Amino acid sequence: MSSTSGRPLAVFEPKRRSKMAEFFLRLVREKPLGTTCGIIILLLIIVAIFAEAVAPYPYRETHLEDRLTGSSFRFLLGTDYAGRDLLSRIIHGARISLSVGLSATAIDVLVGLLIGGATGFIGGKWDLVVQRFVDVWMTFPGLLLLLTIMSLVGPGILQIILILGISGGIAGSRVVRSAVIGIKENDYFLAAEAIGSPSTAILMRHVLPNIMPVLIIIFSISVGGVIIAEASLSFLGFGLPVDLPSWGGMLSREGRGYMEIAPWLALYPGLALTITVYSLNMLGDAMRDLLDPRLRGA
Amino acid sequence: MRAYAIRRLLLIIPTLFILATMVFFSVRFIPGDAIDAMESRYETYTGLDREALEKQLGLDVPIFVQYGRWWRDLILHGTLGKSLFGQWTVEEKILARLPVTIELGLLAIIISLVIALPVGVYSAIRQDTPADYVGRSLAVVGMAMPNFWLALMVIIYPAIWWGWSPPTQVIPFFEDPLGNLGVFIIPSLILGTAMSADTMRMTRTMMLEVLRQDYIRTARSKGLKEWVVITRHALKNSLIPVVTMVGMRLPILIGGSVIIENIFALPGLGRLYMLALQGRDYPVVSGINLFFAIWVVGFNLIVDLIYPILDPRVRYR
Repeated sequence: MSSTSGRPLAVFEPKRRSKMAEFFLRLVREKPLGTTCGIIILLLIIVAIFAEAVAPYPYRETHLEDRLTGSSFRFLLGTDYAGRDLLSRIIHGARISLSVGLSATAIDVLVGLLIGGATGFIGGKWDLVVQRFVDVWMTFPGLLLLLTIMSLVGPGILQIILILGISGGIAGSRVVRSAVIGIKENDYFLAAEAIGSPSTAILMRHVLPNIMPVLIIIFSISVGGVIIAEASLSFLGFGLPVDLPSWGGMLSREGRGYMEIAPWLALYPGLALTITVYSLNMLGDAMRDLLDPRLRGA
Repeated sequence: MRAYAIRRLLLIIPTLFILATMVFFSVRFIPGDAIDAMESRYETYTGLDREALEKQLGLDVPIFVQYGRWWRDLILHGTLGKSLFGQWTVEEKILARLPVTIELGLLAIIISLVIALPVGVYSAIRQDTPADYVGRSLAVVGMAMPNFWLALMVIIYPAIWWGWSPPTQVIPFFEDPLGNLGVFIIPSLILGTAMSADTMRMTRTMMLEVLRQDYIRTARSKGLKEWVVITRHALKNSLIPVVTMVGMRLPILIGGSVIIENIFALPGLGRLYMLALQGRDYPVVSGINLFFAIWVVGFNLIVDLIYPILDPRVRYR
């Protein structure tokens, strides 16, 4: 021991990796299933981005001589009533589902952060009043509320992203609010206030970094729910316009309309939906376990 | 405790007021009105005397006057108003449709508990064994499967393979209990399995937490049988949050019943809601929204107030 004591300690410090790299390394090592699901999501994202190149046919191209045919080498998953290739439509559907899921969840987190952060940080009367509106919002049965608002603004991809994002964010603000209130109890927060740090500095230096894990968890477990919500709305005819190949819309129009003669039209879009949401949820679970071990399996 | 209860009750007043105002206005700003919907639905209605109809339905006055009248009817006459499409009041229709939705919801909750509790408990006491992994994976698959897709599969494939399709004609329970259950069992199985995934995960988590408590170690060291420790000491204490969570899922259950009632053509509130929304039947849409919202508000209040009785550790200031 004595021979090593003179050496600089820095030599024994582990190689410093960035936090992100550290996180992904732990994910791969400790959560094989979560990693597999992460790879599936990555593949889906790639397919969604390059949908035109990956899909065998344009999603609107009709082959009238091949209407409602089952799987074949030409049409791997069969065709619909207009002879459109189901596989190509599902691939383009992935683009829609993922873009709605990811962008709505981004808005969700932002809105949750703004409302929850502001009410939790300022507190007092402002908190009481804003939380009443949040109460009202959370009281509405989600789907009924979404159906009413969607008929108000009309079907469309931008509308559905904004509405799913904002309504999720209002509900999520509760979690952010209680996290912020929890941080206010800490000594470092009191100390920062006592030395007279301006509010913005406290928010940026102390509050935001400490609620980051909460925000990441909200994000990772919300994406799947948002995708299902979009599919449900489109299934009921209140979501995306009919000319877009959304999975929920395909299930209701082609799937239900031709279920006796072409059951595959109802089978595959739903299977795609299930695999996507399953992978997102498993990845989200794994990330949550690593970020916040107290919430394991909750 | 009493001060807390009074404060909670007082806070309900602004909540209900904002709620009622929102349900009134939101549906009335939807583009296209009831008369447009009538015209598009029935060809024979084209060339309606729009002005006369608007006057008859009370849609001719400014929206704030309609809002005032709505409150007047609600407070003075205790009615949610008449449907624009028939001679019945909204509350009559809600009461007529309610039994279907309640039966569907209750059966779904029972089914979800029957599945979730044993699997959740077993998963917890055999933590990190293959059985635990299987249970948890099934739960995640259950959460990922949209219930409307599951419903479609149940309708399509048995019909193709065995020529069997689920019955959809609702039979009153007291005429033929078995026939009645036969209609409800498949829709509520679908709703129930979807709900059970969440409940199972919650049960497992709560069980794991309780099993680590000192009193469980005490119970075991007293020499109690493992079975008694699990049921009497662990399960009883982990059920409180689970039951609360099942209650809190009410809005989600209502949303699910809208989809399931529509697929299986069950004449419940969810189906009524969809038809009313498509037909722009304002009083009905506002009425159902308000009805469900009050239900949820009331339920949350009850849960909050009886929670200290269920769990004596919880005290309200």
